[in-house]
Amino acid sequence: MSSAPASLIAAPSPPPPAPVRRSESSASWRLTDRIGLGFAWLLGLLFCAIAVAIVGYFLVEGLRYLRPNLLVTNPAASVSESQTGGFLDPLLGTVIIAAMAMAIALPTGIAIAVWLSEFGRPAALARVAESGIEMLAGTPSVVLALFGTLLFEAPALGFLSQTNHGIVLGQSFFAAAAMLSLVALPMVVATVREGLQAIPSHVREASYAVGKTKIATTRRVLLPAARPSVITGAMLGVGRVIGDTAIVLLLLGGTLTFSSATSTPLLGTLRGTGDTLTGYIYYNAPTGDGNQPSKAYAAAFVLMLIVLTLNVGVDFAVRRSRAGGWN
Amino acid sequence: MELRKPPPVRRLTGNEGYAPLREAPPWPPDTAAPTPPGVPESNGNGHHPGPAFAGVARPTRAVPIAIDRMQVEDLSVAYGAKQAVQSVSLPIRQGEVLALIGPSGCGKTTLLRSLNRLTELTRGASSSGRITLDGVDIASMEPTALRRRVTMVFQQPNPFPMSVFDNVAYVLREQAKRRPKREAVRGAVQEALARAGLLDEVADNLDHPALRLSGGQQQRLCIARALAASPEVLLLDEPCSALDPQSTKLIEDLIGRLREDVAVVIVTHNLQQAYRIADYVAFMYLGEMVEYASAQKMFGSPGEQRTREYVSGAFG
Amino acid sequence: MDDDILLEEEQGWSQDQRAEYMLGALVCVVVALLLAMLIFVFHEAWPSFAHNGFAWFGAGGSVDSQIQAIFTSGDLKEAAVYTFHAWPLIWSTILTTGAAVVIAFVSSLFVAVFIVEFAPVRLRRVLEPVVRLLASVPSVIYGLVGVLVLVPFIGNHLVTQHEKASVTPIIQLSGSSVLAAVLILTVMIAPIMIAVFAEGLRAVPRGWLEGSLALGVNRWRTFWKVAVRTARPVLVAGTVLATARALGEAVMLSMVSGGVGFAPNPADGLIFLFEPSRPLAATIISNTEQLSSPPMKHTLYAIAAVLLFSAAMLSLIGWAAKQPMKRYGVVA
Repeated sequence: MSSAPASLIAAPSPPPPAPVRRSESSASWRLTDRIGLGFAWLLGLLFCAIAVAIVGYFLVEGLRYLRPNLLVTNPAASVSESQTGGFLDPLLGTVIIAAMAMAIALPTGIAIAVWLSEFGRPAALARVAESGIEMLAGTPSVVLALFGTLLFEAPALGFLSQTNHGIVLGQSFFAAAAMLSLVALPMVVATVREGLQAIPSHVREASYAVGKTKIATTRRVLLPAARPSVITGAMLGVGRVIGDTAIVLLLLGGTLTFSSATSTPLLGTLRGTGDTLTGYIYYNAPTGDGNQPSKAYAAAFVLMLIVLTLNVGVDFAVRRSRAGGWN
Repeated sequence: MELRKPPPVRRLTGNEGYAPLREAPPWPPDTAAPTPPGVPESNGNGHHPGPAFAGVARPTRAVPIAIDRMQVEDLSVAYGAKQAVQSVSLPIRQGEVLALIGPSGCGKTTLLRSLNRLTELTRGASSSGRITLDGVDIASMEPTALRRRVTMVFQQPNPFPMSVFDNVAYVLREQAKRRPKREAVRGAVQEALARAGLLDEVADNLDHPALRLSGGQQQRLCIARALAASPEVLLLDEPCSALDPQSTKLIEDLIGRLREDVAVVIVTHNLQQAYRIADYVAFMYLGEMVEYASAQKMFGSPGEQRTREYVSGAFG
Repeated sequence: MDDDILLEEEQGWSQDQRAEYMLGALVCVVVALLLAMLIFVFHEAWPSFAHNGFAWFGAGGSVDSQIQAIFTSGDLKEAAVYTFHAWPLIWSTILTTGAAVVIAFVSSLFVAVFIVEFAPVRLRRVLEPVVRLLASVPSVIYGLVGVLVLVPFIGNHLVTQHEKASVTPIIQLSGSSVLAAVLILTVMIAPIMIAVFAEGLRAVPRGWLEGSLALGVNRWRTFWKVAVRTARPVLVAGTVLATARALGEAVMLSMVSGGVGFAPNPADGLIFLFEPSRPLAATIISNTEQLSSPPMKHTLYAIAAVLLFSAAMLSLIGWAAKQPMKRYGVVA
């Protein structure tokens, strides 16, 4: 830049004041539009308030009644509240039942999703399967529970539960887990299928072009790529399983502690009856037989924590799947 | 229901006579300037070869008297840290077609979108400078009011998932104080479709789903939809880039007819198209407006070297 | 060498075929299981329907005493009693499910529109995870909140002594009521609807919204006339999903709806909101102890069959509702 004497450089005139930018405000809208927007705000904030109220209420009440020893003591039948123990068995029951149900639902769900997405012949069977899974998703769990009692009281399946004087009890961890897997199945199938379909076709074509079979492609390329969807589906399924009460009430026997069928270490427990957190809460609510609201609060708090953790996990998996996109 | 009437246009009665028709000057120009580096080599006569299509005469047509509509004064637009448009000034007049040309990423679409304040929809966009519509700064207007007077047609035809009738009547219904009856808007709908050159093809069934029309028809429907509001300025963002040549020709003819009533600004990366339909051309490069000139000058003897290079195909 | 290549191809082909047959067989097994469920449920339900005919759905007598009679007659193999008029239960289901779905639909639509378009960014980032969390809360916890908070509130503060006295001979107004059931059911199904609606609204192509804004239509009308209209199939799908959930809700409703087989009569005036009742699914849960009695079993299976049938009908209605929307190019 050449240097010029300061006197020769004219002082720049001040720029005209910029007009205030008018952005779109609702003042210009019709009355009905403004009412609508107000309604939307109102309901949005109301929803927030209700959510905060529910979650906050459980936090407060739960913390009030939750004591660490509740988590590690077995429940016991007693009239006085101080001697009814904790909910270790129901807590373990929840974990066991979730694990068992997902052990059935996850492989089955993935297999069905793979078949629907990659194979799917004959077309009629595919349509029937899709409708069936959709129907299953809409079936109330009470109905599944009733069907479960029918199924597992059949003598042929007596080995899955206890038999007393020739009458099959039909209530055991196996029975409950089997029906709960049906509850989780539609979730797993839908999520995994979506994940598989989101993989662009050029990935498959590249794999076929080097001579790999469809099934090898699926196992080695597609499923690993769809892993976030699988994890999301699994966690959503677990969420539904641990939240279910109807099947537990009908098929798990509702005994406060594990009541093993035989003395075989693991199998005996699984063939026997027990309870889960949801059943425990139902039992201890004022409408249930136990009627110990304080224990119910504590158990509900723990259950909410588990659900919250699962939710955070699902969020994490979804965000990871979006980050590692195919673009 | 009030339908906005466009401001009175000085229509040509034929008595005042037309401005003298000016053909494109012959190419190559007689004045031989030294060949700048990078421009294609001159042929044996010592003249530079111009754009291959410049040998074809431009479609001659009467040039109506133009009326000033919008004025862009020293506009700069930035998206975050990236400067998209730098210090652009140009006039937009009713009665003429202004084409914005330039290579990809030069800011022509951003400039177009600033004219109806659509850039504000993007987060992080900031702008300085002034754009006026009939003397009024558009920043001080309510955006919805502005966009009714300055409407836009997009690159990808985007008719709503409704019938043809509902698409064109959409703006009329949403602007009115009370939802007008179908009969009340039918006339305006048919007029808009006629202006867009689509009425003959859809007149027998105005309830046909809009998404089932062909691409060219959908784009003309979008133009009809934009015209239904009787705008003063029509902005077109590469409207023919997704269309076949027949549809393109139909739309180009349509633009020629429309410019008498509305000021037309069209962004195009297709130099031949700009050559065919534009009256004035602004060449933009890397956010700056390199040259603004009449179409004859731009494709005949452009002043700037970069313009020369672009127009003759040295880069793009 | 050619032989080796051929062998490889053959092996690969049959590997795929084997996989296809195995997977297909698994799918067949699952489908067969579902079919078996349908068949067995209706088979077990048949005696109850056969004995009652269409009167099964009608009104007549006290449902609770009928249930009691059915149960006690279970020991008497010859004189098994099947008389069952389920109208009070059906009416309770229609009332609670219908009211909850209607209220939830309107609120969820507005909240979804709010979340997707009009909420400030920070609020949106809080609301989205909250919606997902509420959608996954187990129903027994909603029931607990209802029983411990809402029911006492209604019983002690909303119902007057006078009202309680006026109906004492027939029922007790303790707070477990239609109102409690509808409120909690609404709060329970709203997050599901909001999540589904919000996803559908977000999927609307931006080109349409931009096109409408560029025509000078304001944000609110743009969103309603274009986005909500385009997302109508999603609205249908979300409503069907939520209604199915509401229909099948047994546990929570058995805790808060009153546990009495009584049909609240809207003609009674506002008091009908405070009257107890018991929907179909809750009836099954309340009577699971009595499954050992054969007539009881058949009756409960009959209720389950009605629930299954309603769920299937819902899916069908949802599918039918989406068909006209396909005409204008709205992708279902």
